[in-house]
Amino acid sequence: MTFRKYLVLAAVTLCAAVGDSLLSYGMKQVGGISPHRLYDIFLVILNPWIALGILFLLGFFASYMTALSWADLTYVLPATSLGYVLLTLVAKFWLHEQVSITRWLGILLISSGVGFVTQGPELTHRPKVRSAESAAVRVDR
Amino acid sequence: MNLLYTWSGIAAIVVASTSGDVLLSHAMKEVGDLGELRKQSGLIKVVGTVIRNRYFLLGLLAMTIAFYGLLFGLSWGDVSLVAPASASLTFVANAVAAKFFLHERVDHRRWIAALLVAGGVALLHG
Repeated sequence: MTFRKYLVLAAVTLCAAVGDSLLSYGMKQVGGISPHRLYDIFLVILNPWIALGILFLLGFFASYMTALSWADLTYVLPATSLGYVLLTLVAKFWLHEQVSITRWLGILLISSGVGFVTQGPELTHRPKVRSAESAAVRVDR
Repeated sequence: MNLLYTWSGIAAIVVASTSGDVLLSHAMKEVGDLGELRKQSGLIKVVGTVIRNRYFLLGLLAMTIAFYGLLFGLSWGDVSLVAPASASLTFVANAVAAKFFLHERVDHRRWIAALLVAGGVALLHG
């Protein structure tokens, strides 16, 4: 794993958490959407918080695709789940919400899971590719 | 009966979301390391290659179905059941699907990580 790859994983985590928070904040400003005026859902992007949230979620998608281009799905998903932890910490220390013991236990489990998966390799090396390469080497000889 | 609808909705979300993740992962492995490709051919060419990949488009479709499934699921069932159950089961389903469809080497470390994260997400949402 290079420093650039860790940055991409951090971008996946941060962009998802920030994007979700901005969308939630913006939707609370906009208020409920009536079932009789469903087309209002298209007008909510005029709210600057929602527009910014969408930009962050586009950033999440781009960095998620980048991470999947060089790492296994079973590596990327747990490694980027720290976003859940980040959201809870923001809720506790910035929004001053009450965080229960159960939620702290959830944070502990997620952090342990991230610790476990990031200790291992990020990509499965394909035996098929190796055997093809060795066959090519044998042919060359 | 309502509980049956709710769990059917959760199952649909998990299947659609897992299919989306697996298809997107397969697409990106076909395309190759985006960082390297961007250096070689530029950002526009990379974006063009990604959005022309059929597995990428199918993955996007599956993700869209999962998103609307979540909206429908939330309208049928309690948010305290639908959100944690679908999010945590998706982590476990992804580990199983990645092993069988993507042929990833899901060793004990990755199984433990998937189960810990799934349990943690369930506790956070619950």
